[in-house]
Amino acid sequence: MDKLILGGVEFKSRLLTGTGKFSSKDEIPKMLEASQSQIITMALRRVNLNNSDENILNYIPKDITLLPNTSGARNAEEAIKIARIARAAGCGDFIKIEVINDMKYLMPDNAETIKATKVLAGEGFIVLPYMTPDLIAGQRLKEAGAAAVMPLGSPIGSNRGIETKAMIEIMIENIDLPIIVDAGIGKPSQAAEAMEMGAAAVLVNTAIACSPNPAEMGEAFALAVKAGRMAYKARMAEESRYANASSPLTGFLHNN
Amino acid sequence: MSFYKEVEKFKDFDMEKYMDELTHEEIKRSIKKDKLTKFDFLNLLSPKAKDHLEEMAKEAQRRSVQQFGKIISLYIPMYISNYCTNECTYCGFNKNNKIDRKHLKLNEIQAEAIEIAKTGIRHILLLTGEAEGLVGVDYIEDAVKILKKHFDSVVVEIYPLETEEYRRLGNIGVDGLTIYQEVYDEKIYKSVHLGGKKSDYMWRLETPERGAKAGLRSINIGTLFGLGDLVEEAYLSGLHAEYLTDKYLNSEFSISLPRINEAEGGYKSKYILDDASFVQFVLAYRLFLPKAGINISTREVAEFRDNLIGLGVTKFSAGSKTNVGAYSDMEKSTPQFEISDNRSVEETESAIRERGYQVVHKDWELIV
Repeated sequence: MDKLILGGVEFKSRLLTGTGKFSSKDEIPKMLEASQSQIITMALRRVNLNNSDENILNYIPKDITLLPNTSGARNAEEAIKIARIARAAGCGDFIKIEVINDMKYLMPDNAETIKATKVLAGEGFIVLPYMTPDLIAGQRLKEAGAAAVMPLGSPIGSNRGIETKAMIEIMIENIDLPIIVDAGIGKPSQAAEAMEMGAAAVLVNTAIACSPNPAEMGEAFALAVKAGRMAYKARMAEESRYANASSPLTGFLHNN
Repeated sequence: MSFYKEVEKFKDFDMEKYMDELTHEEIKRSIKKDKLTKFDFLNLLSPKAKDHLEEMAKEAQRRSVQQFGKIISLYIPMYISNYCTNECTYCGFNKNNKIDRKHLKLNEIQAEAIEIAKTGIRHILLLTGEAEGLVGVDYIEDAVKILKKHFDSVVVEIYPLETEEYRRLGNIGVDGLTIYQEVYDEKIYKSVHLGGKKSDYMWRLETPERGAKAGLRSINIGTLFGLGDLVEEAYLSGLHAEYLTDKYLNSEFSISLPRINEAEGGYKSKYILDDASFVQFVLAYRLFLPKAGINISTREVAEFRDNLIGLGVTKFSAGSKTNVGAYSDMEKSTPQFEISDNRSVEETESAIRERGYQVVHKDWELIV
């Protein structure tokens, strides 16, 4: 399996997971082990930095990359504050920007997200912005210094799959950054679909955390992500073989 | 346009006829819908829906887990003053009641905060009676500033303010507002609120909107069950939450189901919300408002509260005391209502975990 590279860091796994919604924090390390996920996102809003027993960080193995997110931020300014606190608290340089000021549908605010990305990338963060799929906003995020772009497949927590497929395909084709499908993926088959489309990775939380057996579901997602990636790579290999065919397919027309 | 238009529309609605004609098939269809209309919601509140509680519960649980995960957040109430200039016939703090009144000074608020923080609770609800000249916005601001030092989130349950005043509180770190209409039926409202500023129905009805306009992040509403017709009150409070959710995208709305305790000012209620109806209303709120928080206070007994876990509720108060100065053992004042769940914070947490749910102490911190 080829490696995923984000902000210059290499990862074997293309499945990103989350810490929210588990019935107990003890489920988290088991899920990480079974799914082999190497990046886990957590809402800094819920991290109690003053209380070590409660601190979610105690449940995450040291070799896992933390992706703190700015859930709860309603504008760029709040997201920037949260990111700085996360870094000061020892969560590393990765940050997932989440700016939502629509509590009814939970749609991210792309304009504010671009603003926050620019500031934080400038401060040396490895920025992964969560966004509403849109080619132009994706390009702006790249210009602002994002390490990847994370368009939503469907509304957060909805498990409705990749309803924004056409928009995400356009982004994959035209943005020269890893595209990570984040939100709405409810089944392993949907994760495989995102990977077949050419997504660099997927982020799955609700579907794993809320399943009766998160560890087993995590493993199922890992397999699906691998399968989807292999299918995508195989197709790419085939296409490049055609592109570089040593004897052109229509060469016979000129051989006489 | 305020929510009053919806209240007015409802005045001409023939509830009895609607309930008579409602079929069990229609109720079943309403339960299964992804997106419920107002009428689906009403179907779930109907007496006939009592036959479908198990189906409703399964659906409510599925949706709650998907939306919120298996979690219960905790908060604790802190009363800072029980002086009141209102005459609410059902309330222990009614100005005509001869009770032990107490008004905390700032150093006493600090002492209470220190005691409460020892329990591990990080979200606090600040409550006070309405007493012009004694409990002003400046006093509340000073109290909030103290509480912000000890807690991650401060929500206020105080008398209605102007938008500008809510903005002031938001600027110093108040996250949210709890404001109960008490009763949506205007006639009954006037008959139980005999004096003081609270007797103004419209002023109270539009309070959540002023909070949302001021940018407060979370707003919690509800009706006090026991004052008006149960189904009508549940219906209007649900519609109110829907109206607010649709109109103010920048705030989160949640709903509570306080029911009158006999102890309050000796008020005898005509409308008794029994446990089955209480559960039915929780489930109906959950299915109609999939993203809304549902809060349960210690007005409810321990066993009943525990049984509600998994049916759509998202927030519990814990270790509550409703008398002023009670946490730091000052001279006791009279409580607003009697607590039914007397467990400590720790006992409440164990009960939640035993049900396979995670306790969330901290859900948000407003950095100012």
